[in-house]
Amino acid sequence: MDFDRTREYVQHHSEAEGKVQRKMIWVIFWVLLGITAVEVTLGLVWNEIGLAWPFVKWTFILLTLIKAYYIVAYYMHLKHEYKNFIYMVILPYVVLVLYLIILALNEAVYVHDTHGLL
Amino acid sequence: MAGHSPSIDSKTLWGGGSSPFNVSYGKIMMWFFLVSDAFTFSGLLISYGFMRHSFAESWPVAERVFTHFPFMHGDHPLLYVALMTFILIMSSVTMVLAVEAGHRMDKKNVTKWMAWTIVGGLIFVGSQAWEWYHFIHGTELGAFQLADGTIVQWVDAAKEAFYLPGKEQVMVSGAEAAAMLKNGVEVYGANLTVNEYGLPLFGDFFFFITGFHGTHVFSGVVINFIIFVNVLKGTYEKRGYYDMVEKVGLYWHFVDLVWVFVFTFFYLI
Repeated sequence: MDFDRTREYVQHHSEAEGKVQRKMIWVIFWVLLGITAVEVTLGLVWNEIGLAWPFVKWTFILLTLIKAYYIVAYYMHLKHEYKNFIYMVILPYVVLVLYLIILALNEAVYVHDTHGLL
Repeated sequence: MAGHSPSIDSKTLWGGGSSPFNVSYGKIMMWFFLVSDAFTFSGLLISYGFMRHSFAESWPVAERVFTHFPFMHGDHPLLYVALMTFILIMSSVTMVLAVEAGHRMDKKNVTKWMAWTIVGGLIFVGSQAWEWYHFIHGTELGAFQLADGTIVQWVDAAKEAFYLPGKEQVMVSGAEAAAMLKNGVEVYGANLTVNEYGLPLFGDFFFFITGFHGTHVFSGVVINFIIFVNVLKGTYEKRGYYDMVEKVGLYWHFVDLVWVFVFTFFYLI
């Protein structure tokens, strides 16, 4: 009797395939490092070079989401899982967190505007 | 018939053919856990955002709080946390390389990359301890807490004039300052109730969010170490696959992923 169900779903690959994968891993490493370098540089100089804060802020958020995409899609291998598995993991999270962000920030701005009034 | 199960092939046992997700049980459960953990971290970061928007004017600027760098004098905003980010990204790379080696049943390389991942994790936890120490310890000059609880920053070492918190720097000096300085206390560093850099809430969130993340890194190091010992013992070699390394790999990448967000929302923005 073989109750080791994991065996059916483990992935093995050849030396040649491994070479391709390792190259991909290092390419993504440089992407992540590059984005981080851009973020830090921007954080240090945005004021001196006269960029508007909202622009800088949204650039940070966008770059962060790109980094998150690369980590989840490639390092955590989610991109290569079945579509229904990807949706099961991502959709509940994205829907609920977006909802929470919108609610919380909306309320926060309201609370801010009432300071000194109550 | 206890003790004598007829060998039913696993496809029949499943009842529905193959797994609809084509992912092993352990990995699915790890993903479920990570989604729930992601909700926890999101909750913490969103509540941080809530408070920050509520106190938009008096919120301390993280860039001016975390300016220390080991063996260097003066202000170095962002540099240290950039280094920490680099260390964690690097350890994520070594982790994914260990997973890749596992797919080739390459025990030697799994061992090597797991070891580097553990080293990276330990350096990161150590760096965090160093940063906590500086935050708790505070600056040499310190700050002053007025009678109403407001934290004001000294203009210079004479400690006779100070800046009120806010976007524009409003300086108070002379007799007016002297009168305000009569009631109140000098504060150094930060803890859960007082914070020389500004609102105590900032300190609370710093300790909770980086602390919760640090706990994840630490437990990740412990789990990685256990798996590392198993790799050395040849447990997975015998089993025929390194699925366990993949599972801890998922956890480790998640820890890195959370740091990407903490870095942005706590230090950059």
